[in-house]
This record gives sequence, C-alpha cells and structure tokens, in this order.
Amino acid sequence: MCQTCGCAITAVPRHETAPPGAQSTVVEVLQNLLAENDQVAHHNRAHFDEHHVLAINLMSSPGAGKTALLEATILALKSRYRIAVIEGDLETDNDARRIRAQGVPAVQITTGTACHLDAAAVHRALHELPLDGLDLLFIENVGNLVCPASFDLGQHLNVTLLSVTEGDDKPAKYPVIFRASDLVLLSKTDLLEVVDDFHPERVAAALGDLGHDTPLIRVAARRTPSMAGWLDWLEAHLRSRNSEYRYISARQSSSALLSSRFGA
Amino acid sequence: MAVCQALLSQVAQIAQQHGAEAVACITVEIGPLSGVEPEQLRRAFAVMRAGSGSAAAELLIETVAVEVHCLACGADSETPVNRLVCRTCGGFRTRVIAGDELRLRRIELRV
Repeated sequence: MCQTCGCAITAVPRHETAPPGAQSTVVEVLQNLLAENDQVAHHNRAHFDEHHVLAINLMSSPGAGKTALLEATILALKSRYRIAVIEGDLETDNDARRIRAQGVPAVQITTGTACHLDAAAVHRALHELPLDGLDLLFIENVGNLVCPASFDLGQHLNVTLLSVTEGDDKPAKYPVIFRASDLVLLSKTDLLEVVDDFHPERVAAALGDLGHDTPLIRVAARRTPSMAGWLDWLEAHLRSRNSEYRYISARQSSSALLSSRFGA
Repeated sequence: MAVCQALLSQVAQIAQQHGAEAVACITVEIGPLSGVEPEQLRRAFAVMRAGSGSAAAELLIETVAVEVHCLACGADSETPVNRLVCRTCGGFRTRVIAGDELRLRRIELRV
C-alpha cells in the first residue's frame, strides 16, 4: 500500500460462496464499503500510538473558524507541548502558511475536487511530519459538514466547530457528523451579543437528541479571546494519552461511548 | 464518488478471486447514519461503472431504517435520523443498533 515507508496494510477478505447456479454465482460479502480506508486509518492510528501523539480531527462547515482556533490554541500551548498540523483544503496552502507563522510544522493537503480528507491522504502527509517528540497533531479537515463524517483518518478524537453565525439547528440537519463528534465547540461566541437568532441551548438540545451527551464548549479565538474551556479539555486528553487512552472509532462512537460511560 | 470507487474496486477484487467474466448484480446496504446518500451513489455508479468489470451490472441499494436500543428501559425503537431517543420511555441514552450500515452485501457473478 504505502510506497514511502513500505508498510503492508492489505488483507484478503473472506467470502462465503453460495452454490453456483447454471452460469452465475452469488457471493455473500458483508464487507464495509470503506474497509480499505478503515484499514489505512488503523495503520495511521498505530503510528500515532507508537509515538504517543494525540491526533484530533477538526471538522466544521467552511468559515467556522478552524484555522483561527488552531492559531490561538498553538499560541497558548506551544511553550508546553509540541504541536503539528495537517491542513486539508480544496486549493491553496494559505492555512498551512498561517500555521507555520505560529512556529509549528504544517503539511498542506490539497484535495482538488474531493470534499473530505481520507486516511490515505493523511498517511502520505505523515511522512512529511516528524512524529517523534510530537505531543499533539491536529488534522484540519476540509470545510464540509457532510463527507468528512464518513471517513476515519486514524484520529483519536473528533472535534466539530459550530460558529454562532450559522444556524443553531445544525446538529439536527447534519446528524451524522455531530453524532460522530467527541466534542462540539461553539465558536465565535464573542459575536453572540450581536447575533439575535442563535440560541446555544437549542444546539445543546439538538445534540442531546442524537443520543449521547457530547460536551459543548464555547470558544472565541479573536477579538475577546475565550479559550479556557477548550484548552482544559485538550490538556485533560493530553495528560491521559499515555495512560489508558483508548480510541473509539467515529462510526461506533455512539454505542461504544455509551457502553464505556454507562457500563451497558 | 470515493465511496463508489471503493465499491467498484472491492467488487473487481472479488470478481477476480472467483474468476468471473462479468458482474451481474451488486447489492449494497446503506443506513442514513452512514452519511452516504443512496441516490448520489446510484448516479456515481451509473457513470463510473463504465469500462470496469461492473459495466453491465445492476446496482441494488437496500436502505436500512435507524433503530436504537434504550440503555434505560431496554426497548428497541425505530427513530428519525436526528432524534435518536427511545420511543418508549423518551430516554436519551441510547445505542444505535441499525442505520449506520455502509456495506457491500452480495454480488452476483457471471462465471
């Protein structure tokens, strides 16, 4: 699979063959359509775990403030943690340049027409990053609330931003991505006073309707920064990454999270 | 499109393993919580199958309803995609037991 590091991540799936008819055979497959992507994602995760790097997949619609959040986060944490960023965009390396200006390594992936990152693209980017000695890797996904939700990248945690200039019913409109989120960040909250039709409690209610208690934390990265809740959450995960950190795949997050939280 | 590509490549691999001449029919299962729209997959398939071993194949999509298991009362209920709460007791602590499928179920091969 990988031409660069030579790691083999192929597996031949097993199939049950039904008795052949005259000239046709029905093969029962029952295989996840994204099995190949998931395999590369597991491989990425193994890379992260081996290097004790906490990997976070940052998702949102375009313009919700992912890069601004990263700039402010790096500024606050770079004296204590070694951070790197993989940037996913359709075109340009503007975001990677903004991150590099903060003094941390950033690799830009331009996806062209693809509206999401996949595990193979992240894997290629990993070869340009020094994982050794790294504490925290952010993968800034392509701005899109639909497709990124279906592709596991190998991250440990999914964080989704929802800015207060969007609709407060977004979790109800895009249940797949919000259900896969380990944390939802309400961004640009310094604008709440001038946005009169956005109610954070409606966001919380719509998230609750998705069947698990995803934490909702408010942040503002510009004007009057308010980052404490997010930084606390992040540092708690950074502290626990070497102990019993256990990844819960996005697709299973609802069930697995609940079983671990409620012992069911 | 990425999903369709993955589908065609999986099908091609299996067809080759079975020494098939052509693929007659492909059945996939899609739940609304997978994030994949059946209609979009159908359209992508109609274009992308050209030139592949699946060029003449029919695509059957079985959609799966969303079902949750309530961790409070134990009941299973069918729910809308954005309201995954128990229909029996109204409990919010639920586990999705169906509706997030995105899988290749079976293929029919001409041998």
